[in-house]
Amino acid sequence: MLLNRRKMLAGSAATLAAPYFFTRTAVAAGPIKVGVLFSLTGGLSIIEKSLRDATMLGIAEVNASGGVKGQQIEAIIEDAASDPKTYNEKASKLVIQDKCVSVFGSYTSASRKAVLPVFEKRNSLYIYPTFYEGFECSKNVIYTNAVPNQQLSNFVPWVMKTLGKKKFFIVGSNYVFPREMAKVEKILIKQNGGEFVADEYLELGDSEWGSMVNKIKSSGCDAVISNVVGDSIVAFYREFKNQGLSQDKIPICATVTSEIEIAAMGAEYAAGSFSSMPYFQAIDTDANKSFIERYRKFVNDPKAVTQSPLQSAYMGVFLWKQAAEKAAELAPIAIRDAFKGQEMDAPIGHVKIEPENLHTWLIPRIAQWQSDGQGKIVDQYSAPLMPLPYVAYGETETNLFCTSKGLDANKLKT
Amino acid sequence: MLDTIFIGLSVGSILLLVALGLAITYGAMGVINMAHGEMVMIGAYTTVMAAIWLHLGIIWAIPLAFFVTALLGLLIEKFVVRQLYGRLMDTLLATWGIAILLQQAVRLEFGLSFFGLHIAGLGPGLQNVTVPAFLQGTVTIGTAQINSYRLFIIAVTIVMTLLTWFIMHRTSIGMKVRAIIRNPKMAAACGIDVQRVNALTFAFGSGLAGVAGVMMSGFKTVFPDMGTPMVVDGFLVVVVGGVGSLVGSILSAGILGQVDGAVAAVWNDVIARAVVFGFVILTIVIKPEGLFSYKGRR
Repeated sequence: MLLNRRKMLAGSAATLAAPYFFTRTAVAAGPIKVGVLFSLTGGLSIIEKSLRDATMLGIAEVNASGGVKGQQIEAIIEDAASDPKTYNEKASKLVIQDKCVSVFGSYTSASRKAVLPVFEKRNSLYIYPTFYEGFECSKNVIYTNAVPNQQLSNFVPWVMKTLGKKKFFIVGSNYVFPREMAKVEKILIKQNGGEFVADEYLELGDSEWGSMVNKIKSSGCDAVISNVVGDSIVAFYREFKNQGLSQDKIPICATVTSEIEIAAMGAEYAAGSFSSMPYFQAIDTDANKSFIERYRKFVNDPKAVTQSPLQSAYMGVFLWKQAAEKAAELAPIAIRDAFKGQEMDAPIGHVKIEPENLHTWLIPRIAQWQSDGQGKIVDQYSAPLMPLPYVAYGETETNLFCTSKGLDANKLKT
Repeated sequence: MLDTIFIGLSVGSILLLVALGLAITYGAMGVINMAHGEMVMIGAYTTVMAAIWLHLGIIWAIPLAFFVTALLGLLIEKFVVRQLYGRLMDTLLATWGIAILLQQAVRLEFGLSFFGLHIAGLGPGLQNVTVPAFLQGTVTIGTAQINSYRLFIIAVTIVMTLLTWFIMHRTSIGMKVRAIIRNPKMAAACGIDVQRVNALTFAFGSGLAGVAGVMMSGFKTVFPDMGTPMVVDGFLVVVVGGVGSLVGSILSAGILGQVDGAVAAVWNDVIARAVVFGFVILTIVIKPEGLFSYKGRR
């Protein structure tokens, strides 16, 4: 046959392209790639490093028990350096370059909002383990921790009924999460016949609480609802006790204070106060005790504490595994559809992914902090509670704003 | 009412504690030390480490932190600041870089955390400092319940201020420092070893910051980023008070503290901060040299 230029070009193009078609099948048979995106350096690393550890523990355990339908999971870990812009860059890298089938990550709402465009544009899947302010309805995120109604619809009525408190002083850090929580708290306080005497905010990271605690003293309130976040919590509780206020008379009822802040401030400053979260390290079940042991062995720290986002990061991996096994194919959207309705018995108890809004049914709990730094669970629901991310705007179980069709913006306006 | 005044006094004393060292280094050497906040942080971490490794309480941590941070200040002066004398912007940048280095050194436990090793008391997390029992709780003065620890801070601030004043105005080295503040070239011409005195001044200023850090650790949260907002407050006090004037720093700390406390009591802390900044801007616009400055030549 005579080789002319046309045949030469066609032939070489085919030869060069052939390996692509062959290696395609080779790639599919390898391990399943997932992304693990947390801040390993910078200001947020204290919490997010432990979230990465919990996720890796989950992945290690899934792999040890056979992986997903026999295929091992390969985790690609990226460091977001406590910076939302870096979060966005690394998320792009994981989704586009590394072709991860799903990504586990984020702690702050700022970081989640920063990566959302990546997952929505590329139709990928993000599993988010932290409790947040709600008001979001993305079809590319699985939210494995609480929204305000799951922390507050048990808390406020319980404080009013069981502790007999009627006048609340709401205090929080000055950004979106505490403000949205305050909205829900005000609704619930009014519903149950109480009143709020103040709704005050202090900048994130500000630790001069003298004036604020002074205000609490002179406000005539009989309970404080705290949405304070981060290192300010330590200074707040210390100032509270230092100015002579006692948790018996005016208890601090917190939505964010966890085992980590209690350890940093010294248990005597928090003893007697309350927190409301679905998960506490003190949950007295065999599943939870075994989880804490395995986690401590995994991170080689016999004194490691576990808290709510950590547990959610861990259980998110197992829920993902169940979804991946049920999915029609190992692609993000198929896995997301298989997530709907997934249930499991996690260290926190029984959980279910709500098919309509991709949030998680969780058992709300209230704990009172003891002088040893652990919480004593004083109230818990007998069954998981449905997540309602728009409860501050009127959403109810029979009138959902966020459904599998997306967010119904008309309902939001009324 | 008494409560509000006391809070203002307390905030002022904390401002003064941080600003005292800054007033000396900025006043005497014209060095903008952005790492001053990190000296406070190091003082706080010295308290944490002393409690964990040496089982020492807060009282013992005060001289310990003073020496640790003074030594650190000496090193910074010798290796960085001395090379950049006269170049204001460069010292600002260089000390800012040192501040970041120190923050990350603590956060990464001097790099050991990459190898999985942990030093108890360091790391990115929040650290715990136990305040001795006699400093917890309240003391009743008149109708107000005054927090004992804040009283302690005010006491320490007074002692530190008196010590600084004594050194500056009653010792020969203090006289040399004041001479250098007035006119460094003339002071050198008079036979004063400007380099040595500057090094000691920087070390003393950093040592004061370390003591401030010990006080902070008892009631603020101890974590690597704690120093950054403090250096801002420190400069506000120094600039309003007048560069090189000890009395100016004391009075401006008192004024700013009371303004902050009073506005926070009437409105809220966010607005209080804005008002304090507004006050500072007003002062600088009307009197750029600060409230109590001397007439000197630089």
